[in-house]
Amino acid sequence: MRLLRSLALLLALAFPAASHAVQPDEILKDPALETRARALSAGLRCLVCQNQSIDDSNAPLARDLRLVVRERLQAGDDDAGVMRYVVARYGDFVLLKPPVNASTLLLWSSPGVLFALGLGWLLMSARRRRTLAQTPPLSEAERRELDKALSERA
Amino acid sequence: MIVETGHYALVLAFALSLVQGIVPLWGALINDRSLMAVGAPSALAQFAFTALSFGALTYAYIVSDFSLINVIENSHSQKPLIYKISGVWGNHEGSMLLWVLILSLFGALVALRAKRMPDDLAATVLAVQSWVSAAFLLFILLTSNPFARAALAPMEGRDLNPILQDPGLAIHPPLLYLGYVGLSITFSFAAAALINGRIDAQWARWVRPWTLIAWMFLTLGIAMGSYWAYYTLGWGGFWFWDPVENASLMPWMAATALLHSALVMEKRDALKVWTIFLAILAFSLSLLGTFLVRSGVLTSVHSFASDPQRGVFILMILVFFIGGSLALFALRAQALKPGGLFAPVSREGALVLNNLLLTISCATVLVGTLYPLALEALTEEKISVGPPFFNLTVGLVFLPLFVIMPFGQMLAWKRGDLLGAAQRLTFAFGVALVGGVLFAAIHGEPALAAACAGLAVFAIVGAFVDIFGRITGGGFAPAAFLRRAIGLPLSAWGTTLAHAGIGVSLLGIAATGWGVERVVSMRAGDVAELGPYSVQLQGVHERAGPNYSETVAIMTVRSAGVVIGTMNPSRKFYGARRMTTTDAGLMTINLGQVHIVVPEQSPDGSIDVRMYWKPYVALIWLGALVMFLGGGISLADRRLRIGVARRAKPKASGAAPQPAE
Repeated sequence: MRLLRSLALLLALAFPAASHAVQPDEILKDPALETRARALSAGLRCLVCQNQSIDDSNAPLARDLRLVVRERLQAGDDDAGVMRYVVARYGDFVLLKPPVNASTLLLWSSPGVLFALGLGWLLMSARRRRTLAQTPPLSEAERRELDKALSERA
Repeated sequence: MIVETGHYALVLAFALSLVQGIVPLWGALINDRSLMAVGAPSALAQFAFTALSFGALTYAYIVSDFSLINVIENSHSQKPLIYKISGVWGNHEGSMLLWVLILSLFGALVALRAKRMPDDLAATVLAVQSWVSAAFLLFILLTSNPFARAALAPMEGRDLNPILQDPGLAIHPPLLYLGYVGLSITFSFAAAALINGRIDAQWARWVRPWTLIAWMFLTLGIAMGSYWAYYTLGWGGFWFWDPVENASLMPWMAATALLHSALVMEKRDALKVWTIFLAILAFSLSLLGTFLVRSGVLTSVHSFASDPQRGVFILMILVFFIGGSLALFALRAQALKPGGLFAPVSREGALVLNNLLLTISCATVLVGTLYPLALEALTEEKISVGPPFFNLTVGLVFLPLFVIMPFGQMLAWKRGDLLGAAQRLTFAFGVALVGGVLFAAIHGEPALAAACAGLAVFAIVGAFVDIFGRITGGGFAPAAFLRRAIGLPLSAWGTTLAHAGIGVSLLGIAATGWGVERVVSMRAGDVAELGPYSVQLQGVHERAGPNYSETVAIMTVRSAGVVIGTMNPSRKFYGARRMTTTDAGLMTINLGQVHIVVPEQSPDGSIDVRMYWKPYVALIWLGALVMFLGGGISLADRRLRIGVARRAKPKASGAAPQPAE
């Protein structure tokens, strides 16, 4: 199945002048800023690619976006400020980690909800099993019959 | 002529699949032995004809028969032989042919073992398996014929996509398909059990080896694909949470859950409904994966089949098999009586928790993969669900499994002693703690990496505690140790290795946090520091390959001034498609790897170099190999081999719930 990933490259290679992910000339002199730039880039989607962050992508658009991120950082924006700046221009689609809001509530809550449902189901079936396991005590008639059977064997 | 033979064989295989799908099932329903007996030979014949068809296509590739559209589009006369062969499944039509080949292979394997199964079970299993075959054979014949001829045969083909011309990718699809499609057998067994209405511990005994085989190959196939992406795609990652990858991860998670629940069903006659459900689910996820990848519904650039006709066809297959089996399940599951009882703290309890966490992990991947599609279809709103989402959510659900795993091995069936298990695991916990602290001291930040590494050590050491106890249990007597180690059932060793294996993989994944990356522009003679090593560019050379030309960088790696090796990362240019690929240079040092990519050469003679030092990264894939080995050892356990126990003890067979003949 993985061989299908090839088309990502096909697309990337359709631009002969495309650069390959982060280029040396993009790297900021301040290593602290560069580290922040890399971390932010990993969470931003390359809009012309499928499921690739701008940090990984070789598309020219990804390079532009990487430069924008670095410009904003150099201008003194904090991390949240940079993200706001990019989202304001490209929308939530650009975020690889979708924000929690009305339309993603189901997405974010699904693991927790499923866990609660699963646990609830387990508890219920455990209780059902326990009631099944409790056999009612023998009635007087049953006891007499049992005694009789046992004494006959002896 | 050979091509027409192949095409005709495929049509015959389809006709046989209809016979195999109807006659034995009818026989099972009216209890007619001679009709049931049709199943096995027709399964073998179906496999033979599918193999003949596959062989014909392979032949067309090997001799570069450019009168076939499929060969024109995916082959080149100058291509090395191995890629001519792997080109057969490096495209939509050929890979679907491989799909049905493996489907019929598993059908044939069941047919060979049919004599050791009850007649009606074997007949029904083969019939259900054949319905799946029939659906996909029809799909190939109607929408994806690999034997279509071109009106005019060109002199030369368009070559296989260069990115696929790689030894890793040559064997990745067959491995993955053995796993993916192997799950069809457990599906057929589940459907047969529901049709025949006989669902018991014996059923789990039939199914477990098949699940194990599929699981082993799925594990290996996923690992192979991951390693390929790591060294080919050029940015050093090993998992991208791409929908195409998720499509293979989901069946793996379901199959892992199934292996464990089938164990409970076999030993304790419990979790029957759930196990049947998982068997259906695992193959349904395989089908869903096929649909996602083949239909182009992801509008993913990874899906090269964007023909809606194919998408709709696979969707119909999907709806028929998943819907049909679930309907059957709903109809029959009511009648199942709950089996063996167990306390919450017990081996069964731990396995139930394992199943809960695995299925939720699986569901999370499913929701994350499909959510953007559903949201866009319903509200036109576009969102992205990428690695940060999956790492967080799946990580949170999956990681607790590593804590539970050693406990599960330690707890007794029916009622376990949690405190006792914890005491026996004190040693493993101590080693994990020391290990985690040591990792943090040596490699430093991030703390999460050290914590995960500690957890991995706990899982690895914890996996061996049970076996260690069983070997040394009778006091200190070295001579007895070896005897006991040999005397232990192989399945105990298999479990231990498989559990340790996933711990080893986690250790490798945790260690990616300590990776070092450098992106620099270098000229001949330049030196760059990379973590504990220094890398020098000696020079750049041009080289000609069979169907490409190559720019190779010669790099020397030094540790503390001493040369420890030379690396040759390269860029290959494939003339036929005018495409460039990068071949990473890899050097493995103490389980870590130096990974160098040279993506670009500037006109001024300098080259861009991406370098990584990834400590312990090889463990990710070594862990998968250990898991595969563990599965293989379990499979070799004679108790798992169907029929062996019966042949060894012929008198006992009368008491078995389902006598052989």
